[in-house]
Formats: sequence, structure tokens, C-alpha cells
Amino acid sequence: MKKMMIVAVLVCSSTTLFAQKYMTRTGKASFFSATSLENIEAFNNEVAGIVDSKSGDVVFQVPIKSFKFEKALMQEHFNENYMESDKFPKAEFKGKIVDLSGVNFSKDGTYNVKTNGKLTIHGVTRDVSMPGTVVVKGNTATVSSKFNVKTADYNISIPKMVEGKVAKTIEVTVNSILTQK
Amino acid sequence: MRLTSAILFTALVVVSTPSVLFAQDDKKKQQTEEKDSSDDLMNMLEEEGNAAPKKKEYVSATFKSTRVINGHSIENTPKGVLDFRVSHRFGPVNSGLRDFFGLDAANTMIGFDYGVTDWLMVGLNRSTYQKEIGGFAKVKLLRQTESNSMPVSLSYMGGVSVQTMPAPVYSAVVDSATGDTVIPQYHFTNRLYFVNQLILAKKFSNVFSLQLMPTHIHYNLVPTRDEPNNIFALGIGGRVKLSNRISLTGEYYYRFNELNGYHNSVSLGMDIETGGHVFQLMLTNAIAMTERAFIGQSSDDWFDGGIHFGFNISRVFTIVRPKGFETSRNKIW
Repeated sequence: MKKMMIVAVLVCSSTTLFAQKYMTRTGKASFFSATSLENIEAFNNEVAGIVDSKSGDVVFQVPIKSFKFEKALMQEHFNENYMESDKFPKAEFKGKIVDLSGVNFSKDGTYNVKTNGKLTIHGVTRDVSMPGTVVVKGNTATVSSKFNVKTADYNISIPKMVEGKVAKTIEVTVNSILTQK
Repeated sequence: MRLTSAILFTALVVVSTPSVLFAQDDKKKQQTEEKDSSDDLMNMLEEEGNAAPKKKEYVSATFKSTRVINGHSIENTPKGVLDFRVSHRFGPVNSGLRDFFGLDAANTMIGFDYGVTDWLMVGLNRSTYQKEIGGFAKVKLLRQTESNSMPVSLSYMGGVSVQTMPAPVYSAVVDSATGDTVIPQYHFTNRLYFVNQLILAKKFSNVFSLQLMPTHIHYNLVPTRDEPNNIFALGIGGRVKLSNRISLTGEYYYRFNELNGYHNSVSLGMDIETGGHVFQLMLTNAIAMTERAFIGQSSDDWFDGGIHFGFNISRVFTIVRPKGFETSRNKIW
């Protein structure tokens, strides 16, 4: 009898377990622009993201104004001149884990994934495909990804004057701990 | 026993089937509107975000620089940032070709401004004009927010300066009260000037900012008894952004007291922003750059061609690395 009960409880709970979403509002993202003249790096600790472990849907939202630079003037230029963050306050990624069958969200481990989706930066949306890893540990999933963004692809114009100081391709890193909801 | 297990089994089936059904539903849904499945998640994020308490977003970049033209703007240097400033004001353009329209006579101010905290900025500077050394502190009192819950920014700027010209040699005079012959003394305190200023600013749009500057200036020593030691002035300064990197500025100080026939200060300028610099080019009727001198003692008149060309150069250095950069790969430091 007791066994039956346990089985019943397990079965019931497992259905909700599969429907579970992993979520964060304090995810981390950073970017790095390397040139021979100057390296520019900025960090963001206010990334919001959800991963649906059942459908494989992944969404991320990055508030542009929350990027912190080591030089305050850079931060001002970034918001005012390059990203126009009053007009385009958020960058977004909407995508799907392509090989979802390879990820077992109920078992601790490190899984390499591939995602396809749409990346929106500076009001420009482009189809992208990027690799990433999901580290499942207990009720958390740490999602990390490193990819390159070409500023020209997203209509971010860099004036001649500072051309040598801002890289044409910016390396973006996402590293966020999502917890079960 | 059998009955109960049968009931339990049916219960189990009933409980688990809907979820199976739902799963099928989801699959169907996914097939029909595959693109929209992530939209739901996005909406979820939006809702969560809207429900979360909003943090205050302060308006940034009301002005490009910490000075409008001659006088202070509402802006402070951020915490841990040192601003090295070199300013030049040349002679009046009406001095003619012989003086190369004023460019032969340069009045220079060199200064260091530093952001102690995000609300306190201090500065030290030295000017050629009467060999003046000055210091100031600027404190943010109110900050305009993006949501307009606070519609304006307010700062206080307090400064003191001392001119270090050689002491004048006075001849003996007869004191009218006692009848004694005395030689007037020129004390250190006679060289001092003080300024108190409030800066009330509003960024009306991305393109247009305006500020008002009620100002009090105290001269410890004035040339004659009839002249006031305290003068009051109201300044107005504005910025119009022409592009992301170029803006036009204007500044005018109206004095409520006359001080020996000096003119009100009128300046027009242009801010040009490059990587780590802000260049400010201006035309002004002031030769000096300290408040007591350009607000109270601008001796030239625009209408007579008493216009000075000048520029401010600002170069910022980050002295204290902000928090959160422990993992930075930036090794240029």
C-alpha cells in the first residue's frame, strides 16, 4: 500500500517536474572588446532568463543600462552613442535548445547544447545559432555561452575617430545560474 | 485491501492522464505555433519584471562636461575618476592682427577634479589671471529620475580662491576717526574670494537640457567703500545636442549688483566629444575662469568686439577601479 502511495506521489510529482522552468533575474553577462589600443569590458548582473526544460525554449533579456564599465565615460558613451539605450533599452535572445534529448534536467551533470534563435540588439533582430553548456546541479541549471557579435550586423556605428579602439567583433559571455520555478 | 488498491490505482490513472494529455496538447501546440512558444516565456519575464520593484533610474548626461562653459554644470565626475582639465581663454578678438586677434595673450587654468563619491566632487585649480589658486566642492542634493518622480536635479557648489599677486605697497593715509597717520596693511584674507552656488537642472529631452544657477560671491576686499563685498547673480545655461558627439552650449549670468561697471558674462560654446576627451570651444566676454572673476568681473563687451576665444580640454582617468571588476581581463591598468 505504502509503496503504491509513494509511486502515486512520484508519478504525480514527476509530471510537474517535467513542466518545470528554470529562471533568473540576476544572471550575468559580460562583453569584451579587444584591440591593440584598448580593451573594453563591461559586466551586467541583471540579466533575466528562462529555460523551459520540457520544450527547450530559452529566452534571455539584458537591460543595456545595467552594463557596468570600469571607466564611467565609456559607460556614458556606450549608452548614449552606441547602444542608444533610451531607444533600445533591452537586448533579447529567443531561442530553442536544438538537441534537447541530450540534456537530462533531472540528473546532475554538464551538458553541451546548441541553440538556434533570434538575437535582438540595438533594435536589430538576426537569426543566430550558438553553442552553450548547461550544468544541472540540484534544482539549479547554470547556463553559459560565449559568442561573437559583429557591431555592424546590429547597426551599431563606430565613428572613424575611435575606430581603432572598439573591436568590430565583440565577444559576449553569458553565465547565469537559473533556479527551478 | 483490494478495493482500496483499486481505488488508488484509478486515482493514479486519473491524476496522471491529464498530464499525459497536456503533454500531447503541448506537442500539438508546438507544431502549430512553434515560433510562439518562446514568446510565452518572454511574456512571463516581462510580467515578472513588471511585478518586481523598479529601481530608480537616474537621468544621465544632462550636460557633456562638468562645466557648461565657464561655470559649473550639474554634472559631477563619477566616483574614483580624476578629471585633468586645461582651459585657455585668449585675448579679445578686437585686439587686432598685431595680437593675432587675441591668440597671443593666453590665460590658462590648470585643474584637477576628483569624484570622491558619486555625489561629491572636489577640485583644485590654478589660473594665470591674478595668479589665482582655487578649490571647490560640488555636492549632489537631488537627482532627476527617468520616471520623473523627481523632475529636476539640484547641486550645491561652494568654492574659495586666493589670488597670489605681489602685495600692493600702500602709502600712508590719515585715519579720519583718530587723526593718526597709518599705513594700510594688506592681509592674506584680503586676497580671498568665496562663491556659493546652487545648480538647478533639468534634462528636458535627449537633445535639450537647461539649468539655473543662483550664485552668491563674496569679495573680502573691494577697491572702494562704495562697492559691494557681496554680489548676487542668476545664471542660466543650456545645451542643445546636434549629434551624439557635438552639442551647442550657452551660458549667461545676470548680476543683481553693479561692480565697477563690469559686464554680465555671456558665452556661447560647442562641446565635441572624442574617446576619453571632451573638447569645449567657446566665445565669451570673460578672460578668467573662476566664478568671482567671470561672473563679477568680466570687463569686456560683446558689442565692442570684446569677445575671447577659448577652450577647455578634459581628460579623465579612472583612479579607483569600480566594484565588480575583480574578474576583468583588462590588463591595461
